[in-house]
Amino acid sequence: MREITLSKAVNEALAEEMRRDETVFIIGEDVAEAGTPFKVLSGLVEEFGTDRVLDTPISEPGFMGIAVGAAMTGARPVVDLMFGDFLFLIMDQLCNQAAKSYYMSGGKLNVPLVLRTNLGATRRSAAQHSQSLHALVAHIPGLKVAMPSSAYEAKGLMKTAIRDDNPVVIFEDKLMYNDKAPVPEEEFLIPFGQANIKREGRDVTLIGTSSMVQVCEAAAETLAAEGISAEVIDPRTIVPLDEATLLASAKKTSRVIVVDEGHQSFGVTGEIASRINEKAFYHLDAPVLRMGAMDVPVPFSPALEDITVPTPEGVAEAARRLMSGEMIHAA
Amino acid sequence: MSDTKHNTEDYLRMYRQMVRIRTFEDNANQLYLSAKMPGLTHMYSGEEAVAVGICEALTDSDRITSTHRGHGHCVAKGAEFKAMFCELLGKEEGYCRGKGGSMHIADQSHGNLGANAIVGGSMGIATGSALRAKLQGAEDVTVCFFGDGATAQGLMYEVMNMAALWNLPVIYACENNGYSEYTKTEEIAAGSITARAEAFGIEAHQVDGQDVLGVNALMQDLVPRARKGEGPFFVELMTYRYHGHHVGDINREYYRAKDEEQDWKENRDPIIRMRAWLVEQGIASEDEIEAMNSEIREDAAAAVDYALKAPYPDTREVDMHVYTDIAHACA
Repeated sequence: MREITLSKAVNEALAEEMRRDETVFIIGEDVAEAGTPFKVLSGLVEEFGTDRVLDTPISEPGFMGIAVGAAMTGARPVVDLMFGDFLFLIMDQLCNQAAKSYYMSGGKLNVPLVLRTNLGATRRSAAQHSQSLHALVAHIPGLKVAMPSSAYEAKGLMKTAIRDDNPVVIFEDKLMYNDKAPVPEEEFLIPFGQANIKREGRDVTLIGTSSMVQVCEAAAETLAAEGISAEVIDPRTIVPLDEATLLASAKKTSRVIVVDEGHQSFGVTGEIASRINEKAFYHLDAPVLRMGAMDVPVPFSPALEDITVPTPEGVAEAARRLMSGEMIHAA
Repeated sequence: MSDTKHNTEDYLRMYRQMVRIRTFEDNANQLYLSAKMPGLTHMYSGEEAVAVGICEALTDSDRITSTHRGHGHCVAKGAEFKAMFCELLGKEEGYCRGKGGSMHIADQSHGNLGANAIVGGSMGIATGSALRAKLQGAEDVTVCFFGDGATAQGLMYEVMNMAALWNLPVIYACENNGYSEYTKTEEIAAGSITARAEAFGIEAHQVDGQDVLGVNALMQDLVPRARKGEGPFFVELMTYRYHGHHVGDINREYYRAKDEEQDWKENRDPIIRMRAWLVEQGIASEDEIEAMNSEIREDAAAAVDYALKAPYPDTREVDMHVYTDIAHACA
């Protein structure tokens, strides 16, 4: 199978859906000729014109609100939010307007929009361009949240998101845009709420989101060499969450580590750990471990930044501690 | 009064719609005062000529966005009493199945994209609705209703900038009722409100919001021009709210004198003025007007009675309408 970059995969998904459905349009800052700072959208304005690849002023709440109104009245906007950190600027339009319209109107006014944004630290971009804020969004009923872990997921999830009749937020890892993965030439979609078992194992389950899937896979390789068999699962969407697959794995291995790049406190790792504790408690041989980003603003200095995010070494070490029974006594 | 030439039916319908709004509000206030209505509500009484003068220049496929003080917009855009009172009382047959209440009534069958309880929150939605019409090649115009208080929100300036850059068919209708919640507008608004729109190159007008024919005449000029791509436009309508910020805001002399209220009610009331004009022009007799008023009162009383007896939604509806494709979000 051919291999393409995550950036190319997103670009293809958008182009295919824009050809398929003329109500789909892109709106955001420097999305047209510039193709975004990450060049993900390069070439789209040439094919679809400036009416469907709309450059806006630097007005995030403004263009987010405009997208909500366009979606309510029959369009399918794909909003480009240049950095995930800018979510804080659009919170009212996303969480008070887009997320609640369908419910508040008793099922009359749905908002089929996609908000494309990113997450991920270690790009030396400091505290306002490095956050992973997906947990904030996942907290709000009415929004769906997708977290592609490779080019394959980025394409399949984006196409599903555009066809979804609800607001969907997709977080791409900004450090993965140039990472290649096998992606079929022929059309495919990835349904929401279906986790992917990336690697089968029997001793410990590593649940990772977005780029943390790679971290978990690397940890699993290390552990395999030591005779520890790790299962790696990618939920692919955190809302809806494929709880059944996660629980089945937890029951099989009896040990679970949840790895996510959002801050560890009050985040995705805690939510998943809690669900496993509630629904698979008697199958567990150890407490479910959370591994998130450190609860500090992301620092600039490489010496500091690199220690704030989960690493394969850290995950492998945590797995060893679980296997040795150390965590049982810690609890 | 304006001497715009309409036919008799138009004049009578405008009067009738203003009385319907006043009557609706009188009943809503009574429901609150007699503790039959959950929560609270914001009365539109006194501002009827604004909603009616504007909406009488629109068609069903034209759209509006409304505010927390939105009953008047809703009635003027064609809503009926029964479903409105049911919504105010949280009943299943309400416009939003009881999920929205007074501050969120939406009636998409008449192009009402919903009331919004975030001050200024719908400005993006209205502008997006206008963008949709433009991208679609449709002639629909969107009117964005908001109060003077909302002119303090940054979102307004972001979306007006884009509407002007893109010549969107949107009319920003600022209902200046002199008070931003419990504060005089002059204390929260520096400079001129219309000049702010003019700074974006938007044609702006200030009009007597107590003169329904004057408001309508202006809109009969602006709406067709907006359809032709000459928009956006901005209109500041000088009006007055007879009640407090909300129904519970009764002792308000600390921010507003009773003499002032009395002056607006006795000397500038839009319904009294229109009634006198109808009689003077020989369009309707006092008896005919009284008969119309009684019929509206009876209609409202019957709707209130109906709504009081109507059932609440089944509790199973609580997690419905969170997502379009998930029947029960918490199942």
